[in-house]
Amino acid sequence: MLYTKEEILEVLDTVKDPEIPVLSLVDLGVITELIISDTNVVSVTITPTFSGCPAMDTMKRQLEEALLAKGIEHSPVKVSFETPWSSDLLTEKGRAAIKKFGLAPPPMLGNHQPDIDILEQIACPHCDSMNTEMKSMFGPTLCRSLHYCHNCLQAFEQFKPLG
Amino acid sequence: MEALIDLLYKIADDKLILGHRNSEWTGVGPILEEDIAFASMAQDKVGQSKALYDILHTLGEPAPDPNAFLRNAEAFRCCQLVELPIGEYDFSLIRHFLFDAAELLRFDTLRNSSNEPLSQLARKFYGEIKYHNLHAKTWIKKLGNSSEEAIERLQNSLDYAFPYALGIFEPSYLEEEIIGRNLFEGEVALKDKWLNAITEVLNQTQLHMPDYLAIAPKFGGRVGEHTEYLQPMIEEMGEVFRLDPSAEW
Repeated sequence: MLYTKEEILEVLDTVKDPEIPVLSLVDLGVITELIISDTNVVSVTITPTFSGCPAMDTMKRQLEEALLAKGIEHSPVKVSFETPWSSDLLTEKGRAAIKKFGLAPPPMLGNHQPDIDILEQIACPHCDSMNTEMKSMFGPTLCRSLHYCHNCLQAFEQFKPLG
Repeated sequence: MEALIDLLYKIADDKLILGHRNSEWTGVGPILEEDIAFASMAQDKVGQSKALYDILHTLGEPAPDPNAFLRNAEAFRCCQLVELPIGEYDFSLIRHFLFDAAELLRFDTLRNSSNEPLSQLARKFYGEIKYHNLHAKTWIKKLGNSSEEAIERLQNSLDYAFPYALGIFEPSYLEEEIIGRNLFEGEVALKDKWLNAITEVLNQTQLHMPDYLAIAPKFGGRVGEHTEYLQPMIEEMGEVFRLDPSAEW
């Protein structure tokens, strides 16, 4: 019996983003290809969120370890830019996890590129107020920007939109 | 092949060298947010250069680490603008503004390059560079309309940086082939778009666009002629790697 994609995704879903430990790589949207061969060998391709992401090697290793732990035969995880990541690829479950973690999820971009207005009009993940201000479009990691909520008087970060 | 290699080295070296310069602001930025911004842009640019060196490696060039850390200055194809020391914040901001305006336009058209690996990367990088570009424009507009001292400092840096910025567009010795094979639209076309883009921003400030027709561009970087600042920077950048190039990290 060959594995189904659903079975493999369930295994991969146990691997979390090293920088946001509540968010799985499946929900982050970085798994761009999953192939199960006729001989039941699994090939996974991932793509970086930002090209300077220092977590790629860790992600790769953890995915391979998760497959290995279940005894699933696999080829080395590939990193490719063929299907680029966009923040629109975050799943609904992923967005909810990010918000619970205290980060504002990115707005859906569609065909747009982020601009100042899109970055600034973001709801506070703590109190949902829109009375917020962007402090810096760069934050503690490449995928976050810094904001302040004038309603609940808390600083917060946004998971940045990327087209 | 040679044309593609020349094009890739030029854009990869620009990113690596400016990325390293940007990283020199880590811990010493004028405000915490700018410290973080320059460090983040450094990480983006060095990461992007690595992906470009990966393509070069598939074309028979050295692997990314030795390529970045073992070459001497004359083997680098970066423009001279990116190698200049960070100076004061006004200079670093002006350089960032001038360079990333060109970079955004360059990668906009590289998304349609006939070389598939390069166009894939360009599609990825474009959104990232967009942030660099937005960051620069925000601060130029803010400080370019602020105090007399800020405006004077920015204008002095703009005048100083401009001949070097024109050097970004030094044509390759294989320019015709690069354009003819649809690898890239070429430096002349890029420069025209860049002049429009930066003029539009400067017009919203109290800064004056330099009289660029009267300025001789600082060419040479694309053929390995560099300022005195590049070699010491490269030595520092690769100091640890060169202790033992075969070490596994």
